[in-house]
Amino acid sequence: MTDLYQSQRAMRAMRKAAMQRGVIAVLDVGTSKVACLVLRIDGPDQFRASDGVGPMAGQGTFRIVGAATTRSRGVRFGEVDTMPETERAIRTAVQGAQKMAQIRVDHVIATLSGGDPRSYGLAGQIDVGGGPVTEQDVARCMAACDVPPFGEDREVLHAQPVNFALDHRSGMGDPRGHMGNTLACDMHLLTVDSKVVASLIHCLKRCDLELAGVASSSYVSAIASLVEDEQELGAACVDLGGGATGLSIFMKKHMIFADSVRMGGDNITSDIAKGLQVSLATAERLKTLHGGVVATSMDDREMIALGGEETGDWDRDQRTASRAELIGIMRPRVEEILEEVRTRLDAAGFEHLPSQQIVLTGGSSQIPGLDHLAPRILGQQVRIGRPLRVAGLPEKATGAAFASAVGLCLFAAHPQDEWWDFEIPADGYPARSLRRAVKWFKDNW
Amino acid sequence: MSQVGQAAPRDPAPSRLAYRLQRLMLTPGVRRGFVFGLPTAIMVLIGVLALSDQDRRDAMGLWWQQVKTEIQSREEFMVKLMAIDGASPDISEDIREILPLDFPMSSFDLDLAQMQATVAGLDAVERADLRIRPGGVLHIQVQQRVPALVWRNPRGLDLVDVGGNRVSTILQRGARPDLPLIIGRGADRAAAEALELVAAAEPLSTRLRGLLRVGERRWTVVLDRGQRILLPERTPVGALEQVIAVDEAQDLLAREVRVVDMRNPRRPTVRLAPEAAQTMRQIKMIELGDD
Repeated sequence: MTDLYQSQRAMRAMRKAAMQRGVIAVLDVGTSKVACLVLRIDGPDQFRASDGVGPMAGQGTFRIVGAATTRSRGVRFGEVDTMPETERAIRTAVQGAQKMAQIRVDHVIATLSGGDPRSYGLAGQIDVGGGPVTEQDVARCMAACDVPPFGEDREVLHAQPVNFALDHRSGMGDPRGHMGNTLACDMHLLTVDSKVVASLIHCLKRCDLELAGVASSSYVSAIASLVEDEQELGAACVDLGGGATGLSIFMKKHMIFADSVRMGGDNITSDIAKGLQVSLATAERLKTLHGGVVATSMDDREMIALGGEETGDWDRDQRTASRAELIGIMRPRVEEILEEVRTRLDAAGFEHLPSQQIVLTGGSSQIPGLDHLAPRILGQQVRIGRPLRVAGLPEKATGAAFASAVGLCLFAAHPQDEWWDFEIPADGYPARSLRRAVKWFKDNW
Repeated sequence: MSQVGQAAPRDPAPSRLAYRLQRLMLTPGVRRGFVFGLPTAIMVLIGVLALSDQDRRDAMGLWWQQVKTEIQSREEFMVKLMAIDGASPDISEDIREILPLDFPMSSFDLDLAQMQATVAGLDAVERADLRIRPGGVLHIQVQQRVPALVWRNPRGLDLVDVGGNRVSTILQRGARPDLPLIIGRGADRAAAEALELVAAAEPLSTRLRGLLRVGERRWTVVLDRGQRILLPERTPVGALEQVIAVDEAQDLLAREVRVVDMRNPRRPTVRLAPEAAQTMRQIKMIELGDD
């Protein structure tokens, strides 16, 4: 726990150093693509008040100067599978972005979509004795949270205080300075498989990049796709990615739950490849150009040439399939994914939330007809979301597939307070250092 | 058309070496070194190598001199004659003598400041303006000193101007009878005062012989018949006017007076000629009786 605390702290310091230098890269290593964006941070004074630009939650402070996307290789279910291949894909993306930006980047913030994320709600309580609550008290309160046994090989990715309560007053954003006797806090803890994180870090190290932060892809795509009101009133964001579908629930501008389904667009592609007996590349092309989930009578007549470039007898291969057939293959898989999402949301108790808004984003959310299919499974309040527009983002990177990359930019520029951003509780210090000194004496005399 | 036999699709990923090289090239220091430092270093190296040969350096120097001479000796820069304005023929002659220029010559070779100092160094020249006029004429505008006094000094007779500056030498006083004469060491430095005295002595102009500077501090007005008016150091003009007033009222200077001593203004003294004094005493004795 302490190791992780220290390493997260080191990453935060690295992020600060990168902000100081003014250049930071965000890297979205997904199952279907690797995207790298280079941010130039100009500081908060880039716009004057007379320009008519408000603070914009920290978005005004940076600009994207380099962007590159490449087909992902060696990644399965959002986890690094074949390390050299992934490393090559990362190198391609980083080199392209650097070339466009004409800046060398050393610090990178990465996102993780796989690794079986698990959410825990933690509660802690301390006695502050009637005085005003100080930052030390907040840190002590968070340290007092009883950490569940989440297992040896799991690592904490996010630990965000989501709620503070002072005596009978709950729902405080910032308890510092308030008077009270008992300070209680709720914390949302997200753990992932430490092996998955370690392999991603190893990949980045091999590309000479320093990791300045890791974020869960469900979290960052939600902060890019959910509008402020949805984050405040409560909403779920479903990031339909290539290999994994991330989902996160927001309430009062804090993430309170995150999970991921190990299914995504790649499963649809492989279904098409199996069903129509074409190569994966052709299946991907058919999916993106002709795909859909709601068939109409028109689709029975629209015949799609399957082509035979890879079969070797391209001039004899005259197979065709109607669009309705294609939709018939795609729809069950999309339904399966959405049903799995529904199950996870129900398990998290989403139906008890006051607002039932669900936002679909990610590359697979662009399937035509999803806006008709999704409400049948997920409930009436479903919309297809696209990520926020940020300054300097190239047109080709504005699609729903780049939600997590854009979210990472926002995360880099304006991170939420996490547990490790607070001071180490002062009472934890002396005992440990005393023990250390004693140990040193024992070892040396 | 078939893809059989073609190589496998090219890997778009950069090799580790290419990736590292690109990152190195994007490092600001290295980048600046390549864009600016390396070309500069190459240029300097070429220059050093080229100039390390003595013969080449000499040849370059020679070539540079040739080019310089070629440009300087262009028709547009040549000065063909010298024109002197505002100087009498004698002084023009002097100026031509002390500026030994053999025309035509390039205007780059003329040191106008030094030439002006030389010309202005002549006694008779008060101011000299030199310029090279279009058309290759060296034009010297001279303002001559105007002689105001004749100064007799141990070396002879000099003409001096209002400021006491020497203008020229004359051989005899008769050459400039129109100018008043001053005599004595340091008389030239008090020339302005001398001129004031001469102006004040206008009623005595027919009798005025000259002004004598005594001890470099005061003036003595010398009239004909050996008469002298000794003036004080301070306000000599006032004292002289006082004497002239007395003269006009009582014909002081027409009498047998040798010296009018005004050195102490509160005690003017008159010295009579010995014969006059004798006559005076006899008259007194006649008037008063013998002893």
